[in-house]
Amino acid sequence: MTQPLTSLLDRQGRVLELLAQRQQVLAGNIANADTPGYKAQDVDFASALKQARAVQTAAHSAHLPLAGGADGKAAVVFRAAEQPSIDGNTVDLDRERANFADNAMRYEATLRFINGHVRTMLSAITGQ
Amino acid sequence: MSLFDVFAISGSAVSAQSKRLNVVASNLANADSVAGPDGQSYKARQLTFQAQPMPGSTTPGVTVTGISENQTPGRRSHEPAHPMADAEGYVTHSNVSVVDEMVNMISASRSYQNNVEVMNTARTLLSKTLQMGQ
Repeated sequence: MTQPLTSLLDRQGRVLELLAQRQQVLAGNIANADTPGYKAQDVDFASALKQARAVQTAAHSAHLPLAGGADGKAAVVFRAAEQPSIDGNTVDLDRERANFADNAMRYEATLRFINGHVRTMLSAITGQ
Repeated sequence: MSLFDVFAISGSAVSAQSKRLNVVASNLANADSVAGPDGQSYKARQLTFQAQPMPGSTTPGVTVTGISENQTPGRRSHEPAHPMADAEGYVTHSNVSVVDEMVNMISASRSYQNNVEVMNTARTLLSKTLQMGQ
């Protein structure tokens, strides 16, 4: 059974969704960098991706893939604090900014992959 | 769409930090005042931040829940000729610590910049998403 032409696109789309969710969680961390008692959160990206893949491959090849996890979102976990501050806040701003930039880069990379794939499909369709 | 929530989250933080800057400005402006409108010396004000759940999102933003006044007694100096001097000739100044306020200002300004940067990144990512497949 050949894979449908858009199967790669589905997976990239799911990755894009997860990256967008992580971007949002990291933005929440940066927003609450000065909030007493706030615990830094992060998305368990690897397990979320594994879950998304499992859903896609477990189904029969003729089935339409589900939209991902139960609610289509990755589980949010609390990050272990390296230098907890006295007010109970565990946001490490340097690390958050690094993660944020890293995640933005990955998001753009995934977008480029999708664009490249679309271009490949277009050239296949036009037969040039 | 979760990337749009970034604007709400960072927007709440930017608004909270600008309120903090306002309070710092008020404290610094009153650093040398000897009496407030109620006849008492000015007390340094401070904001309380709290994580606030955003509608339709699991990631909280931030909100200002209240303003508290620093209750430590103000600095007193012996100036009998001063119009606000008490019976013993002492003038009570405000209890604003200028150094603390400057540190607070720098911290608020950096946090503000961080959140603006976050919004800019989200904007770039969204506009690139809009161009997807073109």
